[in-house]
Amino acid sequence: MVEQLPAIVVLAPMFASLVVILVGLRWRSWCYPLTLAGLAATLAAAVGLVGRVYREGVIDYFMGGWETPLGIGIQLRVDALNALVLVTIATVALIVGVYSFRREVDVKAPAKTAPFYTLFLLLVTGLCGITVTADAFNLFVLLEVTSLTSYGLIAMGSSKRGKLAAFNYVIMGTIGASFILLGTGYLYIRTGTLNMVGIREVIVAQDLYGSTTIVVAFILMMVGVFIKMAFFPLYGWLPNAYSYCPSTSSCILAPLMTKVSIYIMIRMMLGIFGAEYVFQEHATTIVVWLAVMAIVAGSLLALAQVELKKMLCYLIVAEVGYMVGGAWLANHWGMVGALYHIVSDAIMTLCLFLGASILWSRLKARRIDDLSGAFRKMPWTMAGFVVGGLAMIGVPPTCGFFSKWFLIRGGMESGRWEYVVALLVSSLVNAVLFFRIFEIAYFGKKPAEGHDDSHGEESVERVGAPWTSTVALWVAAVLVVLVGVFNGEIAAFFARGLEGMAIVGSAGGGN
Amino acid sequence: MGFLTEYVIPHFNFWIYVILLMIGLYAMITKNNLIKKLIGMSIFQTAIILFYVSLAAKEGARIPILTGDVLYAEKKLHAVVEEGGGKEAVGPQITQISQIEASAVAEDEEEEEVGEELLSYGKNFGEELDEGAVGHDHLGLIDPDAYANPLPHVLMLTAIVVGVATLGVGLAIVQMIYREYGTIEEKEILEKVKEGEGKYG
Repeated sequence: MVEQLPAIVVLAPMFASLVVILVGLRWRSWCYPLTLAGLAATLAAAVGLVGRVYREGVIDYFMGGWETPLGIGIQLRVDALNALVLVTIATVALIVGVYSFRREVDVKAPAKTAPFYTLFLLLVTGLCGITVTADAFNLFVLLEVTSLTSYGLIAMGSSKRGKLAAFNYVIMGTIGASFILLGTGYLYIRTGTLNMVGIREVIVAQDLYGSTTIVVAFILMMVGVFIKMAFFPLYGWLPNAYSYCPSTSSCILAPLMTKVSIYIMIRMMLGIFGAEYVFQEHATTIVVWLAVMAIVAGSLLALAQVELKKMLCYLIVAEVGYMVGGAWLANHWGMVGALYHIVSDAIMTLCLFLGASILWSRLKARRIDDLSGAFRKMPWTMAGFVVGGLAMIGVPPTCGFFSKWFLIRGGMESGRWEYVVALLVSSLVNAVLFFRIFEIAYFGKKPAEGHDDSHGEESVERVGAPWTSTVALWVAAVLVVLVGVFNGEIAAFFARGLEGMAIVGSAGGGN
Repeated sequence: MGFLTEYVIPHFNFWIYVILLMIGLYAMITKNNLIKKLIGMSIFQTAIILFYVSLAAKEGARIPILTGDVLYAEKKLHAVVEEGGGKEAVGPQITQISQIEASAVAEDEEEEEVGEELLSYGKNFGEELDEGAVGHDHLGLIDPDAYANPLPHVLMLTAIVVGVATLGVGLAIVQMIYREYGTIEEKEILEKVKEGEGKYG
């Protein structure tokens, strides 16, 4: 059983999705518990894998025992780089699963409940599969599984704009995935294998670093994955897609899709091409500058938004800039910061989106101005939202502080001051953004409204949220703090995965 | 002229795929009609399928299906060589086995050709082995150059399925858009979106 964990983490949500569609179409109330059971099994498998990786190091798993070097066997690989990403995916999915009880789709279109949960579980299957696979072609297929399910999840809402956003996402997502497929093809031409470990071995053994084919493959795959993660010039599809979809969809997609794409990028950089190939002077300069622009543009565009969820979406664009920039700083702390930020950003984005979704569904507060008095009406929800907001600003002891700490340290060590400045500017903008929200929610929109006292009695009236939503939000908020408190352990775990990757270490010094 | 003979003609499959790719990309970016955008997407994906399939093509290669007889003979030859374990006089034994197998194969008229191939291969290999010209690891009736590479085809079967699914989802979404907005022209939709700006829904 323990040996099969890498497969179970992918198969558990897949089988759950089959059961949900078969059972759920007839007995709708079974969808929710079955989904939670499947997600709980996924989380258990992911946690088990972290334990195994901690004890044994790298786990290689061959589907069906086909250990052929010919690229026919499908290899799964779990190591210190992706074990925690798996746990993050499973945790976020379970929390959103708990939250999803009687939400938009369930209430407005009961017939769609079973398909919705099926897509939800298939999305988790795809995300887990992307994370564990060590086969370049399977990466493409699972990426498309994830994308197709997310198109469905976005278009399922009742919003008109959501459908248009989903269509744009279909076009952009397909271009991105096709670039990755093309890049895989070029790698296959040159190396004759599709296995990531095998490709790496061939590149090193035959010294293919000068090969034009490999350069083309590298550029195609990077552009593809940049589209998928909504990196700066290619982010156009994201804000509308994530803000006009059903709240449950936005809560699972916003924290996970971009973060898993970042993980794919890091896996390609280190696992296929190798650090010594990727981190060449001109490439790192270009990408880090793009990241700087992503951070600044994302923050400024967020500042211009009047809708709460759209503002959060532009913050995601900025956060993607944090992680890409960190990964391309070409040193140990930058990479650890990027990996740590995958975990911490997933949790804090989840916290904010859950908060925003509850506020929207209960108070009909889509715009920031509508939040006036939210602290009195929904104190528990707002408290959870505040924790997420503080993490986004980077207040210790939340996780947001520590990821910025690692990233800034990496930026200073590699002398990329533009990146450090962009991070600090973005933190300031986040502070402005969130304290504006807190102010409106606490004091109301216009403090000068004279008859504030006479309305006092009325506005104290609490608006209740379903306990499942509140529990989900609070678990997320507690995790934001826990991930921050245990930053040392998490960073050390990721650092184990980076051993022997030829990244400039903090202790090694020099270049 | 040198450019044409050196870069274009020998690699014409790559040129065609790049041209198709660009046509698809152009349609996706510039076309106003959502269905035309999807057609562009389909061309884009098909170009990549063409690229992969052309990788697998070999001149004079056949479909990579091995008939049972060849596989059986191959296994038998392997067994003999393993038993012989590098000792001498494995060669004649191989020749003998390949004769037996060849005659068994030859009973089926259609397989006559395969039988002859087997016989000549066995003879040659036996002789070469005895002379020390080849090692045991060179054993094998299956000549990789004679068969097309099956892997890219298998990959593209999967990619076609993915493409069909994407196209299906895309078409379904266009249908929903048409129901909501009453048009599939992007410009008109954007105008309607602008009119309803500020309102949710």
